[in-house]
Amino acid sequence: MPILAATGRDRIARSEGGSGSGEEENPARVTDVAVRLVQLTKRFGGDTTGKRVATYVDGAKADDTFLAVDHIDLEVRDGEFFSLLGPSGCGKTTTLRMIGGFEQPTSGLIELKGEDVSWLPAYQRNVNTVFQNYALFPHLTVFENVAFGLRRRKVADADIKQRVGDMLELVELPGYERRKPGQLSGGQAQRVALARALVNKPAVLLLDEPLGALDLKLRKQMQVELKRIQQEVRITFIYVTHDQEEAMTMSDRIAVMNKGKYEQLGDPEVLYERPQTRFVAGFLGVSNLLRATPDGPVDGYAVYRLADATAVRVPQQLVQGESGPVAIGVRPEKIRLSEAKADVAPGLNRLAGVISDASYLGVSTQYIVSLAGGGSVTVYEQNVERATKSELWTAGESVQLTWVPEHSFVVADEGSASNAAQEDLS
Amino acid sequence: MTAVVATPPRPSVLRRIARLAPYILLTPGLLWLLYFFIWPLAQMTLMSVSSGTLDTGFHVTGTLKSFSDALTKFGTQWGNSLLYGGTSTVLDFLIGFPVAYTIAFKGGRYKNLLLFMVIAPFFTSFLIRTISWQILLGDEGPILAFLKHTLGIVPVDFSILYSPVAVISGLTYNFLPFMILPMYVALEKIDFRLLEAAGDLYGSSWQTFRRVTFPLALPGVFAGSILTFIPAMGDYVNAELLGSPKTRMIGNVIQGRFLQSTDYPSASALSLLLMLGILIAVGIYARALGTEELTG
Ligand SMILES: Nc1ncnc2c1ncn2[C@@H]1O[C@H](COP(=O)(O)OP(=O)(O)O)[C@@H](O)[C@H]1O
Ligand SMILES: [Mg+2]
Repeated sequence: MPILAATGRDRIARSEGGSGSGEEENPARVTDVAVRLVQLTKRFGGDTTGKRVATYVDGAKADDTFLAVDHIDLEVRDGEFFSLLGPSGCGKTTTLRMIGGFEQPTSGLIELKGEDVSWLPAYQRNVNTVFQNYALFPHLTVFENVAFGLRRRKVADADIKQRVGDMLELVELPGYERRKPGQLSGGQAQRVALARALVNKPAVLLLDEPLGALDLKLRKQMQVELKRIQQEVRITFIYVTHDQEEAMTMSDRIAVMNKGKYEQLGDPEVLYERPQTRFVAGFLGVSNLLRATPDGPVDGYAVYRLADATAVRVPQQLVQGESGPVAIGVRPEKIRLSEAKADVAPGLNRLAGVISDASYLGVSTQYIVSLAGGGSVTVYEQNVERATKSELWTAGESVQLTWVPEHSFVVADEGSASNAAQEDLS
Repeated sequence: MTAVVATPPRPSVLRRIARLAPYILLTPGLLWLLYFFIWPLAQMTLMSVSSGTLDTGFHVTGTLKSFSDALTKFGTQWGNSLLYGGTSTVLDFLIGFPVAYTIAFKGGRYKNLLLFMVIAPFFTSFLIRTISWQILLGDEGPILAFLKHTLGIVPVDFSILYSPVAVISGLTYNFLPFMILPMYVALEKIDFRLLEAAGDLYGSSWQTFRRVTFPLALPGVFAGSILTFIPAMGDYVNAELLGSPKTRMIGNVIQGRFLQSTDYPSASALSLLLMLGILIAVGIYARALGTEELTG
């Protein structure tokens, strides 16, 4: 998981330049965008339900309405595996349902391959959905479930037989044609739902937490499977999940949503290595956030002072221009622990602390370290150099924590506001 | 199953009672059925092969005369029963389905009120409701008077009352709630996500209805039509109050045999045949709808 600093930065630089994974891309060609959302908004309740025109002025919050999706601008590229990731209730499903045509936007546009589909009913959109609970037709066989879309489009019988057969093969359920959905396991029903949607070769496939009902092992297996299928059929997937690991495993790009907006959009490693907000830093993996105030630049590094005046350096180009207090972030696996008095290489960030808790996890050991200047951080150490009980750090030992400045990230210290947001969610 | 088949612990008394619980719970119902259904049915069967009169007493003689009479003498009445019962069931379906559909899918917060309105007629006696149809359909009743005098589109001597139309109208009206309620229940429990899925798979509203909603409502349609057809087929009140001697149904014959001519053997044979006929009709119907559709 930890990537080499240089490689990491390279890839980040490229992605931030907007050219994704380095394939030839032509931003001028409209077909390169599978789905474009323009200021897409959904407000539930009140008197706007079903109305096509937004009658609300921004900020003027009507008491009985709820802004589920808040002016989202988004471009999903053709052929990519795109995830909407966020906590429950942040508006992922609503966004997906608007793209699918099950929910009318309060305002904004939805373009599908360059064509405005905002007001087309679901059945006229070249989009298919894998529903959260699969929604297989209980009265039809697996074959007829998968054939449903083709039959509605008047595809010839022989063709249907061929395509349904191929599709069941793709999802590894050949021979299940005559079963009823009631006779399938969760994982099998999931595959049928996928086949039923994919067989229509939609421009975009929408998936709403399709693995949510499966047990962990099956879920892991299906993640790999889904990714394989997506690469095989090359259809654009828009995948909704609240599971960050799932999103990271499968996605080409992820939009991290919070309260009806997305906070950051990027490759999984960009989101992980360079989160731009406190929320993203906290939602994807574990982050240590240290409050600090800026103390001027030195040698291409921005210097920050923690509460106890310890200096921490961050490469200047990672600073987004915040001038006030910030939070310096560093991931637990980026931190090295060493004896309190040991020499450390110059140029590393260095903090002093005391081990307050150690948990052996097999692959790694997780330490909670109380900092001398107050607060605590989490550190993961691979069990390579130290692996046996006697070699591990134990509670009460004084240590120093070091990390490469390039492994830091900086987010605005919205402190209380952001904390309140997270409390809302729990 | 495996090697661990050590002697099972002896079931405790409580556990033995628990195992008997289903039978204990069934007992009252079974006794009820035995006394009020099986026993009379057996008696009726014996009666149907007896001969005699009320004065001399009935004796089981094993004669099948009642059955041959029942089958040969009442062709018209059997025909009327089938025709009126069948027609009113079909009409009830045609009227009731849109009602059930609307309440289930568009009823919103008025659902309960609308359902209450469906069963509201039950708060009045069956007889009174039927008699009021005499007034409604009367030659100078509100409907015909309006058509004859206000609009003038119907001849003055036109009459509905005492015709098959009147009997079918009464049957249709009286059994409509029995059709609506089961269909409502079936429609109500359809997962709306299935309808969204059909739309997602390019099904227009009509196709979604035809391929998903209706097939899923079939168990309700089946239950509703049976609950309507069986009582409508055996009914005699509507034919009695709204019909004429020509529109007599088999129910009227049975009623007459039991209560007027006290020809119990003949009435019993007719009743048994009616039961058998309905069972066969329901069987054919279930076959036609497809049992898989009903259980799936
Ligand atoms: N039909 C609805 N009416 C009112 N509020 C709704 C409706 N659907 C969703 N919401 C609200 O909109 C918010 C976003 O919901 P949703 O998109 O389902 O979130 P997610 O899928 O991210 O968990 C939630 O707070 C939810 O309560
Ligand atoms: Mg959701």
